[in-house]
Amino acid sequence: MSESSGVQPALRVRQQAPSSPGLWTHGVHIIAENPVTGLAFGLFTLIVFAALFGPMIAPFDPLASNTAEALKGPTRVHWFGTDQLGRDIFSRVLVATRLDFTIAIASVALVFFLGGLAGVTAGYFGGWVDKLVGRIADTIMAFPLFVLAMGIVAALGNSVTNIIIATAIINFPLYARVARAEANVRREAGFVQAARLAGNSEWRLLLTQIVPNIMPIMAVQMSLTMGYAILNAAGLSFIGLGVRPPTPEWGIMVAEGASFIVSGEWWIAFFPGLALMIAVFCFNLLGDGVRDLIDPQRRT
Amino acid sequence: MLRLIGARLLTTIPSIIGVIIVTFLLTRVLPGDTAAYFAGPTASPKAIAEIRSKLGLDQPLPQQFASYVAALVKGDLGQSLTTGQPVTRDIAARLPASAELTLCGLLLAMSVALPLGVLAAVRQGSWIDHLCRIIATAGVSLPVFFTGLLLVFVFYFILGWSPAPLGRLDVFLSEPPRVTGFLLIDTLLAGDFPAFRAAIAQLILPAVTLGIFSLAPITRMTRASMLAVLGADFVRTARASGLSSGKVIGVYAFRNAMLPVVTTLGMVFSFLLGANVLVEKVFAWPGIGSYAVEALIASDYAPIQGFVLTMAVMYVMLNLLIDLLYGFIDPRVRLEG
Repeated sequence: MSESSGVQPALRVRQQAPSSPGLWTHGVHIIAENPVTGLAFGLFTLIVFAALFGPMIAPFDPLASNTAEALKGPTRVHWFGTDQLGRDIFSRVLVATRLDFTIAIASVALVFFLGGLAGVTAGYFGGWVDKLVGRIADTIMAFPLFVLAMGIVAALGNSVTNIIIATAIINFPLYARVARAEANVRREAGFVQAARLAGNSEWRLLLTQIVPNIMPIMAVQMSLTMGYAILNAAGLSFIGLGVRPPTPEWGIMVAEGASFIVSGEWWIAFFPGLALMIAVFCFNLLGDGVRDLIDPQRRT
Repeated sequence: MLRLIGARLLTTIPSIIGVIIVTFLLTRVLPGDTAAYFAGPTASPKAIAEIRSKLGLDQPLPQQFASYVAALVKGDLGQSLTTGQPVTRDIAARLPASAELTLCGLLLAMSVALPLGVLAAVRQGSWIDHLCRIIATAGVSLPVFFTGLLLVFVFYFILGWSPAPLGRLDVFLSEPPRVTGFLLIDTLLAGDFPAFRAAIAQLILPAVTLGIFSLAPITRMTRASMLAVLGADFVRTARASGLSSGKVIGVYAFRNAMLPVVTTLGMVFSFLLGANVLVEKVFAWPGIGSYAVEALIASDYAPIQGFVLTMAVMYVMLNLLIDLLYGFIDPRVRLEG
């Protein structure tokens, strides 16, 4: 134990070196250099705010219908107009933020955990674990991903939880591969060898030496896939999977408004679709920003 | 070349086996009563029990898998409850509509994305380069069903240029005799020019929607790989040898830059086949995507399973085709094969 604590300080320096003194200054620099990233961070704050406080600040009840006010275009009272039941679209779009955001976060967190764990184990130990994980990833990749998600939700049952699971499954190969490659590269790295010589068990090495070191790259992966996760979930609910009608959710609101587009009531589908687009756009920009911040070598 | 095709065909076998196992697992092993799914929401317990024994669901799992594969080999994907037809026949009837739409969308995207990506790389930092970057970021952020609806609103409702987004052909026109199933080809074969024009008019908006969707990844990849190639030694040598810049870019650089682009096509197809489902729903396009969506709403399971399997097999085949195309563009790969 005394030996391992002798090694530890050196390791600590090594682990923290990439992000040590100036993560904050670096972040400020990134935002200053690329104002688009700053915009994305601003939008992100707005989305998080709407997700947290949306139901509280919504001017109308998102479920309350009012047939006298049905199908009205945007006015000063109803900013985004009203739908066929007279529900206020602005309130519904605002309240829906929480659900869409939750689906995206939950599915990304799930795949981060499962895919990351499987990939790290595969890359670190190799052998049959590696073969198994590789085979699973290959099989998932053999499907067009959205189609596989449809099949999974149809089989597991039509619920929001299953949308989260399906979105996580189709992202599994991406996470498993990144984690595998990163763990594989570091398996024989100097600091791991040193910790191994100090008598740490392999699992301990994996959790204390490998995992913390690949976290930044996995974080980049997470922010890059957030937008795709939201798009995927909204696509599934657009075709009638997962979220049930009265619940406000962007995908299903666009689906409800779709039949009114041909008769000119554009606002029913337009505003939820716009919210969805802005959210995805923001996540994609943010993903690029986070990558610039953490992993500057992969800038394109 | 034949040996290459053979070798590539062999590599697709594990993928096909994986796909078959997954579609089997999706129906049989997951929670929920498969027989109840197949029987539909209104079936009585007796009917469910009947279906269970008819489907062989009371048998052990390996035996079920064997009979599932045996049925697949015969092309039997079960019966659709909503249409009352064998799923195989339904899918075969609707597949050309989807294929026509997807191919047109892809062609449209490539015809814009390739020149744009090349120009952006050749004139790096110019307005074309910036346009390229905007398209690449905005394109991946657009929900494909939203783009479709916006196009319908602008070009049907406001401008009135395009027909109502209701299927492949105006209801007042009769369909040409079916030869390929591709309306654009069949109408020409029949010499029916008004129908050809109507079919194009119906096709444009959904195809543009899919095109916009797949524009981003192709443009981005073309630009990146063209930039890499333009910096290579052989391009410098070609320039130094006094070849015209058109020849250097068009022949030497372009062909080499195409290799990574062809590889990304596999990923583009994965997205495209999925987006196809959404676009078909928006435009009431009678393809296999809307077939699956209708089945989903009716909890009719056999068509969904057949749809997932068909899509996956098609995707594996497309990847095979891309591999072969790769060998065609790059003789070095062909020699190794």
